[in-house]
Amino acid sequence: MVYGVLLFLMAVGLSVTMGLMGFVNLAHGAFAMLGGYIAATLMAKAGWPFLGTLPLVFLVVGLVGVLFERTLYRRLYGAGELDQVLFTIGLVFMAVAAATLVWGPLQQAVRLPPFLLERIKFGIDLPAYRLFLLVVGGVLTVVVVLGLERTRFGAQVRAAVDNPRMATGLGINVEVVFAVTFAIGSGLAGLGGALSVQILGLDPTFALKHLVYFLLVVSVGGLGSIPSTLGAAVLLGLCDVAGKYYVPQVGAFILYTVMVGILIWRPQGFKPAKRAR
Amino acid sequence: MFAFAKPALATPADRLIAAARWRWYETAFWLGTLLVLFAFPGYLQLASQIAIVGLFALSLDLLMGYAGIISLGHAAFFGFGAYVAGIIAKYGWGEPLSGMVIAGLSAGLLGLIVSPIITRLHGIALLMVTMGLCVLLFEAANRAVWLTGGDDGLQGVEIWPIFGTFTFDLLGRTAYLYALIVLFLMFLVARRIVHSPFGLSLQAMRDNPRRAPAIGTDMGERVRIVYTISAAMAGVAGALIAQTTQFVALEVLSFQRSAEIMIILILGGTGRLFGGLIGAAVFMIARDQLATSYPQYWYLGIGALLVAVVMFARGGVMGGFDRLVRWWRARAGAGR
Amino acid sequence: MRVTMLSNRLKRWTLRFGAAAVALAGTAGLAMAQEPIKIGLLLPYSGPFADLAVQMDGGVQVYMKQFGDTIGGRKVEILKRDTTGIAPDTAKRLAQELIVRDKVDLLAGVVFTPNALAIAPLTVEAKKPFVIMNAATSIVTTKSPYIVRVSFTLPQVVSPLGTWAAKNGFKKVYSLVSDYGPGHDSEIFFKKSFTAAGGEIVGEVRVPPKNPEFTPYIQRIKDAKPDAVFVFLPAGEQTVSFYKGVTERGLVKDGIKILASGDLTEDGQIEATGDIALGTITSGHYSYAHKSPENEAFVKAFEAAFPKGPRPNFFAVGAYDGMGAIYGAIKAQNGQTDPDKMVEFMKNYKVMSPRGPLEIDPETRDAVNTIYIRKVEKHGGKLLNIEFDSVAKVKDPGK
Repeated sequence: MVYGVLLFLMAVGLSVTMGLMGFVNLAHGAFAMLGGYIAATLMAKAGWPFLGTLPLVFLVVGLVGVLFERTLYRRLYGAGELDQVLFTIGLVFMAVAAATLVWGPLQQAVRLPPFLLERIKFGIDLPAYRLFLLVVGGVLTVVVVLGLERTRFGAQVRAAVDNPRMATGLGINVEVVFAVTFAIGSGLAGLGGALSVQILGLDPTFALKHLVYFLLVVSVGGLGSIPSTLGAAVLLGLCDVAGKYYVPQVGAFILYTVMVGILIWRPQGFKPAKRAR
Repeated sequence: MFAFAKPALATPADRLIAAARWRWYETAFWLGTLLVLFAFPGYLQLASQIAIVGLFALSLDLLMGYAGIISLGHAAFFGFGAYVAGIIAKYGWGEPLSGMVIAGLSAGLLGLIVSPIITRLHGIALLMVTMGLCVLLFEAANRAVWLTGGDDGLQGVEIWPIFGTFTFDLLGRTAYLYALIVLFLMFLVARRIVHSPFGLSLQAMRDNPRRAPAIGTDMGERVRIVYTISAAMAGVAGALIAQTTQFVALEVLSFQRSAEIMIILILGGTGRLFGGLIGAAVFMIARDQLATSYPQYWYLGIGALLVAVVMFARGGVMGGFDRLVRWWRARAGAGR
Repeated sequence: MRVTMLSNRLKRWTLRFGAAAVALAGTAGLAMAQEPIKIGLLLPYSGPFADLAVQMDGGVQVYMKQFGDTIGGRKVEILKRDTTGIAPDTAKRLAQELIVRDKVDLLAGVVFTPNALAIAPLTVEAKKPFVIMNAATSIVTTKSPYIVRVSFTLPQVVSPLGTWAAKNGFKKVYSLVSDYGPGHDSEIFFKKSFTAAGGEIVGEVRVPPKNPEFTPYIQRIKDAKPDAVFVFLPAGEQTVSFYKGVTERGLVKDGIKILASGDLTEDGQIEATGDIALGTITSGHYSYAHKSPENEAFVKAFEAAFPKGPRPNFFAVGAYDGMGAIYGAIKAQNGQTDPDKMVEFMKNYKVMSPRGPLEIDPETRDAVNTIYIRKVEKHGGKLLNIEFDSVAKVKDPGK
C-alpha cells in the first residue's frame, strides 16, 4: 500500500506532463533526481530540516522545468513521439553526467528527522515515514484532482491540449497554460524524488533506473487521469509487496506479469474509456 | 502509334520497380564498407560490432520505421538469438552458419508466438508490453542458470572456423567480413520487403491505421508477418554477437539494449533502411571516441548529441541529410 | 613460368622482410629501454558502476604515486578503457584493440566476471598476462593460464563467517541474498560452513537484483524469528535500501543480528547507510580501519589524492595490489616484459598489503587472503568496520 503511494508520488508529475500535455517526457526521472539532490544537499550542507526543503524543492524544480519548457520542450510539442523520446532520453543522459560531475557517483546520505523514523502503533505497527507518505499522497491527489479537473485553469489546460487553435481563439493563452502545467508537472516530479530518496536511495543513475517504474504506473493507470494513476500505483505496489512476502521465489516476475496482463486486457489502462471525439 | 508512348511511372508496378532500383550512393556505401578493411585495420573489432548493431537496428526499422510498431523490448529477440547460437555451440555444434540460421529461426518463432499480442496494442501500452516481455525473458534467463549460466554468462562457446577454413582471428578480419556479408544479405532481404506490395501495405498501415483496413488490408496478419521477420533478423544479429564474442551474458536481454537500439535507430532516421546503419556507426564511433578521452563523462556528449539531432536535424541523421540534399537541389534548380 | 616468377618474387620478398626483421631485432634491445610499458586498464568508467571505477582507478594512481611511474628505466603508461558495465562484447573488443592496436604488455582491471570470461581466451592466444583486480567468481582463474587474480572470491570471504557464526552462539540463521551469481555463491558457501559447524538455516530468500523495496522480505524474516540474518547484496544502492527497510521494520530492535559479507558495510558508502549499521557483523579481506603501517600509508595517500572522498575500499586495494604484482614482475626481469616470466613471478607473489598478508596460490593463480571478522562501530564520528577476529591463509573453497 505505502509502496504504491510512493510509486504514485513519483508518477503523478509524469501523469501531468505526459498524460495531460501528451508529451512523452522520459526526462521526468531527471527532474525527480534533481529534487532529490536539492533536498539532500540542503540538508547536508545547509542543515535544513527535511520538511522545510520540500516546498523549496517543488519551487526550484518547477522553475527549472519552465526554463527547459520555454527553451527546448516547446519546440517539440508538434513533433512525433519518436523525436520526443530521443530528445528526453538525451536530457536524461546529460542529467546523469551532470549529476556525476557535481555530486560524484556515490550514494547520497539522507537523514530524516527522528520523529519520522519512529514506529507508530495502530494495532499493527507502522513506520512513521510511511504514514507520512500516505498522508502526503492523499493530500496531493486531492489537490491535483481538484486543481486540474474542477477549476477554470484545469479546463483551460484540457482545452489547450485537445485543440490549441480553438483554445487560442477562445482567448486562452496556450503558451502560458502549457508552461504552467509543465512547471507543476516537474515540480511534482521533484517533490516525488525528494520524498522517495529515503526509500530508494539516490545516485546519478536514479533518473534512468526508476524511469521504468514511472512509465509502468502511468501506462497501467491510463494517461491523464490522476485517480486512475493512483489506483494503478496502489495496485502495482500491493501486488509487488504481497508477491515478495508470500511467494518470494518469483518476486521479480510479479510486477511485470501484472503490468503485461493488465495492458493486454485493457490497453487504455484503468482510465474510464472516453467516447470517440 | 504515339499513343503507345507511356508516360513515366504509369502503373503501381512501374513505380515499385523504379523505387527499388539501386542508387549510386547505395553501391558507394557498400564499397565503402569494404574499404574499412584496408583503411582502418586497427578498428575492425569496432567495425564488426557496428555491422552487428546496424543489423539489429535494421530489424527494428522494419518494425518501427515501416510498420509503425514501436517496440521497447526488441532485445528479447536479439538476446534469444544470442543464447540459442551460444548454447548450440556450447553443446558441440560450433558450425557458425547453421548456428546462425537456427538462432534466426528460433527468434522468428518466438516473434510469431508473441505477435498476436502485439496486434492488439499501440502507443504507450505497446511500448510497455514489449518492454515487460523483454524483462520477463531476462529474469527467466537469470533464473535458468543450468542452461544460460545465469549472471556469470554462458561459458565454453566454441565456434569452428567458417567453411572449416576461416578462423576468427585476433585482428578481427574474419569477424568483420562475416558480419558484413550477413548484414548485406539481410539488407537485401529488407530492401526487397520494403519495396514489395507487402511493404507498401505496411507503410499504408503506418500512415493511416484507420484507412488501411477500409481498403481491404488485413492488418493483423501483416503485423504478425513483419513482426516475425523482424524478430528473426534481430535473432541473427544476436547470433552474430554471440559467435564473434564467443560468449553470451545476460546483458544481451537487458532493457538498456532495447533502449539503446531504439536511440540508435531514431538517431540515424527511421523508415530509411540506411538509418539504422548510419545511426549505429555514428553512435558507436562517438561513444568509442568520447569514452576513450573522457571516460567518466561521455554520457554528457551522447546526451548533447541526441538533443542536437532532435533540435536541428529532425528525422535523424538521414532526415537532416535528406533536407540538405533537397535544399541543395532547390538552389541548383533556382540557379538554372 | 608464372609460378616460378611468383615464387621468385615471394623469395625476394621474404628475404627483404627477413632482413628487416633481423635489423629490428638488433635494435630491439636498445628500443626496449625507451619504449614505455603499456598496461591496458579495463574498468566501468561510465554508467551505473562508475563509483567502482573511481575506487580502482584511484588504487592504481595511488600506487604509481607511491612507487613512481618508471620500472627499470621504462615509463609506465596506463591505457584506460571504459567497459561501461557488464558488457562482455565491449570488454572483449576493447581488450582486442588494446592487444592489436595499442600493443599493450598486459591487461588489468575488470570488475565483472562475464567481462573477464569473455577476455580470457584472448590472453591465451596473444600471450598477455591478465591481472584481475576484482571479478570475484571462483571459475575466472581457470579460464586462462595467463590470468592472475589479486582480489578475492566470495566463497573465500563468506565461508569463515559461517564457521564463526556457528561457534559464537548463532543457532538459527535466515539467509537473504541477491538473485544472481555472486548471491547464489554466498548463499551456498555460507550455508555449507555454517551447517557443518552445527548451525541451522531456517529460511532462504533470493531478492531480485534490482530491488528497491526490502520491507516485505524483512517482515518475512522477522516473522521467522531467527537469531540472525545472513545477507549478501552488491555494495551501493541495494545495501542502502536494505538498511532503510531494517530501520522501518525494526529488525535490529527485535534482537535479530545482521551477518554479512563485507559488501554490505563496504567502506566507501557505509556513511550513506547511517547508524543503523552499528553492530552489523561482516567478514572481509580488507577494512579501511585495518591497523598496519601499510594501510596507514595507503589510506593517507588515497585521501591526499581524493580529499573529497570516497574512502578507499576493497576495490581500491584490489587495484593497488594488482599494480604491486605487475611492478614486481617487471622489476624482477629488469624492465623486460616477457609474458611467461611475468606470470611465473606473479604466481609466487607474496606481499604485506594494506589489507594484511596477501599471497598468490601458484597452483590456481588465485589470491590467498586473511579473512577478518569485523563489527561496525563508531569512532570519531565515523562508521568503521573494526576487525576483532581473523582466519589466516584462506584459499578459495569454490574450486
